[in-house]
Amino acid sequence: MKYIKFFLVGILFGIVMSKAEIISWFRIYEMFKFQSFHMYGIIGSAVMIGMVSMLLFRKKVVKTFEGQEIHIPPKKSGLYRNLLGGILFGLGWALAGACPGPMFVLLGKGVVSILVVIFGASLGAFLYGTFKDKLPH
Amino acid sequence: MEFISQPWAWYVAGPVIAFVMFLLYYFGERFGLSSNLETFCSIAGAGKFVDYFKIDWKQNSWNLVFVAGGITGGFIASQWLSPTDMVALNPQTIQDLADIGIQNAGASYLPDEIFSIETMLSVKGFFILLIAGVMVGFGARWAGGCTSGHAIVGLSNLELPSLISVIGFFIGGLIMTWFILPLIF
Repeated sequence: MKYIKFFLVGILFGIVMSKAEIISWFRIYEMFKFQSFHMYGIIGSAVMIGMVSMLLFRKKVVKTFEGQEIHIPPKKSGLYRNLLGGILFGLGWALAGACPGPMFVLLGKGVVSILVVIFGASLGAFLYGTFKDKLPH
Repeated sequence: MEFISQPWAWYVAGPVIAFVMFLLYYFGERFGLSSNLETFCSIAGAGKFVDYFKIDWKQNSWNLVFVAGGITGGFIASQWLSPTDMVALNPQTIQDLADIGIQNAGASYLPDEIFSIETMLSVKGFFILLIAGVMVGFGARWAGGCTSGHAIVGLSNLELPSLISVIGFFIGGLIMTWFILPLIF
């Protein structure tokens, strides 16, 4: 039962990804062509409101529903890791037109071929874990 | 109902995504999709070969449930909340895509030239989908996050690593869109 809330939040996530056309390959292409404000508006406004959320967490105004303080673990720093990993991710994002959230939402839409992308992404994560120690971070 | 059935504007979608993130932290977890890919590897038994995947993946079950909800949400939206599958693209985008060999842009959510069953069953089409996926998965885990973990959470939390990663996302995305995609189709 404790998982049902995550299922419901996931449904909201899937619906907003679909209804705002974030799962559309064309919207991602349009974004990287700078031909629409749509995706920039979405990410920008989410970040703006996200900043307020983070401030409320940090100032302990908002705690978890169980009353615990909310800490956001810092991201791992490292220029190579973030820049090279980011570039590789961006190449894939623009080709697949989907990042790791929309991939699953597209599956729910009934797009069979996205299974190949999901398999590839899992394989990619496996390859990273395997060759991690040989990569610059 | 009119409000639900038409495509949602950016100023609706952005706040809803921020609300999703807020709820996940309020429920004691976090917002990050790409870590599920590592969980899949662990469930599939990758820990037998690589120590990196020897984790107690049951701790991440909540995120798998979140993903299951996302799949369900995608189903609900496409079955009952979307009277049309058309995407109102910039006419210039449609023209640019026609020029590189992708027809009917915006007639549906996805181009047949990449996602149709026939394309998937061709050697070239299959490898395009597979390689795109590998780059997303490898890159996201190398960078330590994807669009959710870095672009939304990391930027909201003013994290420098996330800013660098998002700059990387755009360098890669621009190279693919402007220089590589025109060569593929």
